[in-house]
Amino acid sequence: MATRKESGSAPTTVMASTGGTLDSPVKQIQIEGLVVLKIIKHYQEEGQGSEVVQGVLLGLVVEDRLEITNCFPFPQHTEDDADFDEVQYQMEMMRSLRHVNIDHLHVGWYQSTYYGSFVSRALLDSQFSYQHAIEESVVLIYDPIKTAQGSLSLKAYRLTPKLMEICKEKDFTPEGLKKASIGFENMFEEVPIIIKNSHLINALMWELEDKSTVADKHELLNLSSSNHLEKSLQLLMDRVDDMCQDIVKYNTYSRNLSKQQQQKHQYLQRRQQENTQRQSRGEPPLPEEDITKMFKPPQPPPRMDTLLIAGQINNYCQNVKEFTSQNLGKLFMAEALQGNN
Amino acid sequence: MLSSVPAPMSVYGPVVKIHPVVLASICDSYERRNEGASRVIGTLLGTIDKHSIEVTNCFSVPHNESEDEVAVDMEFAKNMYELHKRVSPTEVIIGWYATGFDITEHSVLIHEYYSREATNPIHLTMDTALQSGKMNIRAYVSAQMGVPGKTVGVMFTPLTVKYIYYDTERIGVDLLQRTRVLPSRTKGLTSDLSQVAGSAARVQDMLTTVLAYIEDVLSGKVAADNSVGRFLMDLVNKVPTISAEDFENMLNSNINDLLMVTYLSNLTQAQIALNEKLVLL
Repeated sequence: MATRKESGSAPTTVMASTGGTLDSPVKQIQIEGLVVLKIIKHYQEEGQGSEVVQGVLLGLVVEDRLEITNCFPFPQHTEDDADFDEVQYQMEMMRSLRHVNIDHLHVGWYQSTYYGSFVSRALLDSQFSYQHAIEESVVLIYDPIKTAQGSLSLKAYRLTPKLMEICKEKDFTPEGLKKASIGFENMFEEVPIIIKNSHLINALMWELEDKSTVADKHELLNLSSSNHLEKSLQLLMDRVDDMCQDIVKYNTYSRNLSKQQQQKHQYLQRRQQENTQRQSRGEPPLPEEDITKMFKPPQPPPRMDTLLIAGQINNYCQNVKEFTSQNLGKLFMAEALQGNN
Repeated sequence: MLSSVPAPMSVYGPVVKIHPVVLASICDSYERRNEGASRVIGTLLGTIDKHSIEVTNCFSVPHNESEDEVAVDMEFAKNMYELHKRVSPTEVIIGWYATGFDITEHSVLIHEYYSREATNPIHLTMDTALQSGKMNIRAYVSAQMGVPGKTVGVMFTPLTVKYIYYDTERIGVDLLQRTRVLPSRTKGLTSDLSQVAGSAARVQDMLTTVLAYIEDVLSGKVAADNSVGRFLMDLVNKVPTISAEDFENMLNSNINDLLMVTYLSNLTQAQIALNEKLVLL
């Protein structure tokens, strides 16, 4: 198992929902440049190694767009009284930000991820509680390693309405899932992001380009891939192992179930036989015993974990495929260049 | 990296290195200022080194300014600093910022307050109203001046300002730069091959510029510059000369690796989809 510390559930929601709840979920997310820079900085300074950093997103909802205008980071869970501090910290932050006219409405939260491994129980729970309280909230997943490879990797996810239903009922048995026909592919829905800057920030960008002397590096055209591939595959293997165990568990359950069915059947038959025998002898038939008490059905294993693992594997595979397609393109370019020499 | 108005290079004083997130934050608080306020002020957080000060964070502080008096909410400033310290314990108050073109008398008072919070605070000004057509981002340190024994005044000496980025920050800023181009000021996040194509296009642009320059020099329009020539030599030598066979081998093995991984991931995805269908039967 990869040794990464997954912090407990994300910041709990404290604010009530904005205005009235919208019927249509958000179709698009609009992020300000400031938020992007803040998230990058937060990870860079506080999240070295494979620790997850989290924070809260602030903004407002406009028609079917969710505008994220500011954010603030959350301290890591290092002290014992983390829970108490969390809520208080959040309240104080929001109160202070209100004084300086920053939008103080919660619209979601962000989290960094390590090679794309963020589909976990904790994330699901947090996002569910957020979406339950505020209908339009999203979770922004920031991938620092992919960003360092050349292009900003920021994705916004929401839980599908089907998954919300399931989480509300807390019915994770196979029958429940079948009823809602949830597959690992429709657990999360991705919302497209656009970045928007105000005019003043644009002026700032011109200044920065003018004055900054940082050379333009081109990490995106980097050809080395083995390191990244190795790590991704390692994580994928771990997950597939988990999946295997889960499948074994499910198989034993279904085997037990069928064995029990057989036993029940046999018992019933014997009962019938005995009853007919007794009737033929003229004795009163044996009372019908409660079968269910005799044969307790085995507990069906909860399917939520399987779903999560499947979702995670899917995510890893997607990332790997994206990475390989980029690298193939780069290799062919390199071939063309070399061929010309 | 100096503004077009020649600013005197300071001999004394540390170099101030600013991260872009601080500047964006200041712009944002300026846009959200209260009605009637002509400028915003706030605290700067960062780390101090031997010869440089790195500004990594900031937050705005509400204040009221009128003709003869200025009131700054100090409680607020203290509270915010405490909250920020919980997230990044290494950041300390290193100074304060103000938007606007000049340094006013009120600034002196505010600067005095900040001298109590930090040793030798720096003062950053940013002209968000773009009075001179540019955002003059300057930093100052206060120094005593005057005749000892008589009235002592305070003078703000300018410091050199540099911009530094983390690697990932630079990539973020790159993306943000591209919002300048479109009139709607928006930019979607692309992925996959189109990004590689974009990057390659940029390199190609740069190569065309260099080629144009070389043509000019060859035809005698521009005088040849030796240092540029040396850079060009470096550039040409960077393309490694490998025998065609070796290169074929390397290329093929890499492509094989990538194809195998793609195949594996497709296989895995098919597997979990199958598993799902079987369970839900």
